[in-house]
Amino acid sequence: MFPLIAFGILAAVALASGIMVITRRNAVHSIIWLIVTLFAVAGIFLLQHAEFLFAVQIILYVGAIMVLFLFVVMLINLDVALKQAQFRRQWPLGLLTAGLVLAQLVYMIYKMGAGLRLPAQPPGPEPVGNTQAIGQALYQTYMLPVEIASLLLLVAMIGAVIMAKRKLE
Amino acid sequence: MIPTAYYILLGSGLFTIGVIGVLTRRNVLIILMSIELILNAVNINLVGLSQYFRSVDGQVFAIFVITDAAAEAAVGLGLIIALFRNKETVNADEIDLLKW
Repeated sequence: MFPLIAFGILAAVALASGIMVITRRNAVHSIIWLIVTLFAVAGIFLLQHAEFLFAVQIILYVGAIMVLFLFVVMLINLDVALKQAQFRRQWPLGLLTAGLVLAQLVYMIYKMGAGLRLPAQPPGPEPVGNTQAIGQALYQTYMLPVEIASLLLLVAMIGAVIMAKRKLE
Repeated sequence: MIPTAYYILLGSGLFTIGVIGVLTRRNVLIILMSIELILNAVNINLVGLSQYFRSVDGQVFAIFVITDAAAEAAVGLGLIIALFRNKETVNADEIDLLKW
């Protein structure tokens, strides 16, 4: 019973603060609400016994990416944006499209999951030691993708430096 | 034990909120934040199904998704700074250099 209540609270917090993210006028407020969402998602990871991802979510997402966002928002002068309309003119169309996507997703989940219940779990032993298991999978099965991901980060780093440079010569 | 479908439903909800943000907001920074919401929805699905199949593969892919999010945030924010330097705006409607 406790996991279900915890899940309900965390899901409600994640969805509500997600809505706050896209409705706030001030980008700094949006970032604060996004951090609340990320914490709720981290709690959901913990609920699913993904302890390593919980730590990665808090350290990397909240600690690194959000601080980067905050820095850029502080760098950019937002006084003009505060006075302008915050939504596009075609917002009803966008809302309709997103509503259709959600209806389709929920319908398919309901249909394929036979009333929100997936078929029984395949039998198997519970994985022991989440961090250890992830480390073994990362450095044995997924060695090449890890290398490619590190290359991607290098490319992104160079790209960000070149993009933010004052002048290309 | 929470049914896996609940996680997938939560993922769909968060994904839809992100899509609404991308489609309706005019501020480029908030569009980038909506993309982060979408990526988090994907991670919830991956971890939920990883628990369902009793395998860590889904969580490993969630780590790759987080790596992607970091790369995307770095490049995207670099682009926004370059854009702001050239056009003095963060408004998606006014960025029409390639339109004719």
